[in-house]
Amino acid sequence: MNQLKHPLVLGGALAVVAVTAAFAAGPDLGAVKQSATNWPAIGMFAFFVLFTLGITYKAAKGTKSAADFYAAGGGISAGTNSLAIAGDYMSAASFLGISGLVYTSGFDGLIYSTGFLVGWPIVLFLIAERLRNLGKFTFADVASFRLDQTSIRIISATGTLVVVAFYLIAQMVGAGKLIQLLFGLPYLYAVIIVGVLMIVYVAFGGMKATTWVQVIKACLLLGGATFMAGAVLYKYGFNPEALFAAAVATHPKGDAIMAPGGLVSNPIEAISLGVGLMFGTAGLPHILMRFFTVSDAQAARKSVFYATGLIGYFYILTFIIGFGGISLLMSDPAYFSLDAAGAFDKLKGMIGGTNMVAVNLANAVGGPYFLGFISAVAFATILAVVAGLTLAGASAVSHDLYAQVIARGRVNEGAEVRLSKIAAVVIGIVAIYLGYVFENQNVAFMVGLAFSVAASCNFPVLTMSILWRGTTTWGALIGGLVGLIAAVGMVVLSKAVWVTTFGNPVAIFPYDNPALFSMPLAFLTIFVVSKLDNTRRARAERALFDAQFVRSETGIGADGAHAH
Amino acid sequence: MSDIETARVAQNPRFKELVHERTRFGWTLTIIMLVIYFGFIGLIAFDKALLAVKIGGGTASLGLVLGVAVIVLAFILTGIYVQRANGRFDELTAALKRDVGR
Repeated sequence: MNQLKHPLVLGGALAVVAVTAAFAAGPDLGAVKQSATNWPAIGMFAFFVLFTLGITYKAAKGTKSAADFYAAGGGISAGTNSLAIAGDYMSAASFLGISGLVYTSGFDGLIYSTGFLVGWPIVLFLIAERLRNLGKFTFADVASFRLDQTSIRIISATGTLVVVAFYLIAQMVGAGKLIQLLFGLPYLYAVIIVGVLMIVYVAFGGMKATTWVQVIKACLLLGGATFMAGAVLYKYGFNPEALFAAAVATHPKGDAIMAPGGLVSNPIEAISLGVGLMFGTAGLPHILMRFFTVSDAQAARKSVFYATGLIGYFYILTFIIGFGGISLLMSDPAYFSLDAAGAFDKLKGMIGGTNMVAVNLANAVGGPYFLGFISAVAFATILAVVAGLTLAGASAVSHDLYAQVIARGRVNEGAEVRLSKIAAVVIGIVAIYLGYVFENQNVAFMVGLAFSVAASCNFPVLTMSILWRGTTTWGALIGGLVGLIAAVGMVVLSKAVWVTTFGNPVAIFPYDNPALFSMPLAFLTIFVVSKLDNTRRARAERALFDAQFVRSETGIGADGAHAH
Repeated sequence: MSDIETARVAQNPRFKELVHERTRFGWTLTIIMLVIYFGFIGLIAFDKALLAVKIGGGTASLGLVLGVAVIVLAFILTGIYVQRANGRFDELTAALKRDVGR
């Protein structure tokens, strides 16, 4: 019976008995050991999978044209799209990671939450409507509107695939470890289950299935987090002040958790992180694709507005959940690995690591079945996010690289969509393989790197081609390449890779986040190279700006989205 | 769309009005958002003590209130843009489309 009451805790406790030393060594997911099989969670997850497979089956029957496959026929409503955008954004990393960060550091968790959110207004004010007016299926459609198809699609697709690759590796490794902990399944099984399901969603159901999986998950996650935050506040009479007071009284850092701590010690680091988070959002290919699934610029704009509200609300919930973790879990030895004297480390000793705060809190406020529910939602979250990434990657391969670069636009729709499905299968298999290879590597920096590349390659190429008449193909191509190489290069030379992975004594690049340097470098390169570019093609491209400008501002001549 | 049509739209005074107004509005809101966010980050980087100041004699700090305010303001700014776009900009666009017969 004990197992039913605290399945996760018991499983974790057994693991601790077996490998106390290894387990106590690290609070992160790196030292994870498999838990006892968690049947309520597996049951609920199985239900989610069956339900979404049903949706995929239905979506597959309605997915015939390329517009259906890449953009769900353009028939997604603003409300649905906003939930899908929010779903893409509310990854397991932001749910478990930020609540865990609030648990250990209090206020510092807010720095990430605000950074992740403030990119959205920028997307709305500068990009969303123009993207919808100019594009069809991928953001490369927009960037190459008046520029050379081959060059621009190569750089856009490269930027897309690099972002997708790093993001996918981080998600796959996270998924494997999380599922070991939550469900008690072996790492490799977990990675294979995620990989196979994402292939099925994308290859059969295209954007329709990917969108609906994301929407369902977003509703489940928002519902679950709302219940949890509500239950925490209920215990404190819906008085946040009482919650904060209890947290300060319990936390070993005391009152320091209400103020900025050590997370951002260096001003340049702080600003660079902010630049990466803010502008990276506006360059994430799987997010940009969502603007092509709605009917017009009006719907695109409304979806960003609702999505910003949903994401902001979600981050406030994670903050309350983190504080709930401090006040409700920190004094309860049942959630910690104990030493011989029965003492435990409040910050590092949580069973399963601090990423488990939200999951353990689910048990504390809602019992084992709610714990099962939240575990299933966490798995569903990873699944939905990797499906979106896979679709973005597959679209870059088929719509950009194959149809425009290799076949030079002479390709029929059927062949292009078929290739996209094959690409989804290949990306899925590669992701499973990489998830397996990277099991014991440090992948924490990879999401940050994905954001930095998005901010330093995709975002400058996209905005300069839309907003500045002077941009030429050479400018965008070289600027995008410089941004990409600078972002990846600086991360490789930074502490996370140069010292931690390669074992060198000192980092050559002193900051963890390169965006403050790599993004302006990309913009500057695009500007300078375009200015110097006086080829006949460059003059023709500048002349073509008027037609692009009229369409991007008014939507006159934009692709009719409804395929029927 | 042909070059002649493009020129016809581009020369239309309503088009110029729409582009001018929306570009200015969009950049103004963008700059406000940048100032709010990097102001917050700047305070974290340069004046941690100020953010630790207690609000109303309780436990909640100024930093906490400002952090939540950044989130709420981001949402409000998008709301302001959408309201203006749904009204003014969409009316201008519709009038422009009637003018040029599209």
